[in-house]
Amino acid sequence: MKQRFMIILAAAVLPLTAQTAAPKKVAAKAPAAKSTATFRTPWGDPDLQGVWNDATSTPLQRPNGLAEKDVLNDDEAAEFRAQLARDLTRDRRDGGAEVDVNRAYNDHWMDSRRLKITADHRTSLIVDPPNGRIPPLVPLSPEREQRKAARAAANTRFNAGLPENYTDFTLPVRCVIRTDSPPYLPTIYNNDFHIFQSPGYVVIGPEMIHSARVIALDGRPHLGKNLKQWLGDSRGHWDGDTLIVETTNFRPDDGVVFMDANPDTYKITERFTRVDATTLNYEFTVEDPATWTRPWTARIPWNRIDPGEQMYEYACHEDNYDMVHFLTGARAREKRGEAK
Amino acid sequence: MRTYRFRRTWLQTMMVAAGMAVIPVAAQTFPAYKAPRMADGHPDLNGIWQAFVTADWDLQDHEAQAGPHPEVMGAYGAGPAGQSVVEGGDIPYKPGALEKKKQNFEKRMMVDVSSDKKWHEVGDPELKCYMPGVPRATYMPLPFRIVQGSSPYILIAYEFASATRTIRMDWKGEAPTPSWMGWSRGRWEGDTLVVDVTGFREETWFDRAGDYHSEDLHVVERYTPVSPYHLMYEATIEDKNVYTRPWKISFPLYRRMEKNVQLLEFKCVPFTEEMLFGRFSKGGVR
Repeated sequence: MKQRFMIILAAAVLPLTAQTAAPKKVAAKAPAAKSTATFRTPWGDPDLQGVWNDATSTPLQRPNGLAEKDVLNDDEAAEFRAQLARDLTRDRRDGGAEVDVNRAYNDHWMDSRRLKITADHRTSLIVDPPNGRIPPLVPLSPEREQRKAARAAANTRFNAGLPENYTDFTLPVRCVIRTDSPPYLPTIYNNDFHIFQSPGYVVIGPEMIHSARVIALDGRPHLGKNLKQWLGDSRGHWDGDTLIVETTNFRPDDGVVFMDANPDTYKITERFTRVDATTLNYEFTVEDPATWTRPWTARIPWNRIDPGEQMYEYACHEDNYDMVHFLTGARAREKRGEAK
Repeated sequence: MRTYRFRRTWLQTMMVAAGMAVIPVAAQTFPAYKAPRMADGHPDLNGIWQAFVTADWDLQDHEAQAGPHPEVMGAYGAGPAGQSVVEGGDIPYKPGALEKKKQNFEKRMMVDVSSDKKWHEVGDPELKCYMPGVPRATYMPLPFRIVQGSSPYILIAYEFASATRTIRMDWKGEAPTPSWMGWSRGRWEGDTLVVDVTGFREETWFDRAGDYHSEDLHVVERYTPVSPYHLMYEATIEDKNVYTRPWKISFPLYRRMEKNVQLLEFKCVPFTEEMLFGRFSKGGVR
């Protein structure tokens, strides 16, 4: 029931138009980490254990009107926050009947933390390039252009209420992967990540969809190149207080890696740093010379959730009634002659 | 009902009388063992573990059996024979409760998702790649990882369907809502991790033979290290709606020892979509 909005969200988060503003000289610096010596596991690793939440209204890419502004002062930040909250909230009645009906799926179902901007008052989650935008695309191969077009056609059918079969749905709607595949980006709800640690391992349990991402820290090699996974294959190591994770071996299916980058040339590096008792800094860099003109980096603060607030099981496929609703609805529309 | 309550009390009394060293019968073949400790003094259960019983086909005694459609599948998909993992051999179903098990078995490979209400009526949840529940997740023929650190939470991550469950150590509250993997509360009794699980969805099954439970299922699991390479696993299962008394299963779990072994993905949703949703595609049944 919640699935359809993932589509809308994906469209909002992943604009296809990349802007080519001239980069500023210096990328925003990571917040100075205080001494985290107190946050240690008994076996001496930095302690990241706990349930963290990454919800925010700060957009991945800097809005066009703020091209020159990477960090806001307090007054500007209050206005930015209010504007984003106004745009994002579903508890509003303007926009006409059709929009209103869609908003029946209202803020009761959403993570209210998604209406707040990040504490550092940045105007985008992307910190590099300095313009806060995803770098321009390189020319894609004809095969990739074809695949992109095929996927766009499937999305058009889905959005028109006329999916031909289950492959016209995105992976999140099919409950194959959701926010469990890196990079972790905020979404409208269920933004929790439970981090577990044991000697030699960090394991991340994202709320959607209940996959455990096991990160080995013992320096073992990656899986063989013919063994691909939906979540890839992660290896980590500590650099001081920071956990650095490199992930490879992603499956080639559409939608597995970010914005349909090329899985063969795609590389993602994530950095997890405990900043204080209630904050963890999450940063990721993606590079793919076959997709973007340069690597890019985003930073998202993770906030520890109240221990009294539990993370619940997110069963997705088990009751994915909407698959059948969408498909039978499409067949009914075809019968009525709406499929033209 | 009175008999049931009496027997439950009797069982609990016996377990208490035996003290913290309740070790399953099979474990007695292991010499005395003291497991390595975590910093908090409790045994270290970290690792990748796997059961090597055939209980996923049938908890009770079963013969080898052909798989579905042997005319094309041959010996592929056939089920192995196996001895019962149930203490005493048989599951103590209440009179009349066996009928539903038989129906489950007969319809184990049928699916009907044409309406929300029928969605869970027929078909083995494993067939549909649903989270297997407890204790079935433990004896699926795939490994799982125990992640035990220094927080009040222990994670068990299963390869099948990427199912996970969080064990909340010394958690006092009730299960807040039903779920497929249940709500797990853990505690240590000596070297044994005891996990009390309630709050189950009623739809999970115990095996492909159709063994089942109601939403009142209560499972108490015991994980006891008996060697560097083995945990003894025991689960006491009670459900007053379905069984005449609590019953118990037990078998060892084996540590996976291959060099660089890791939990891989068995994300089986894509394996089920044509079966579940294909008939609603354009052009109908394909």
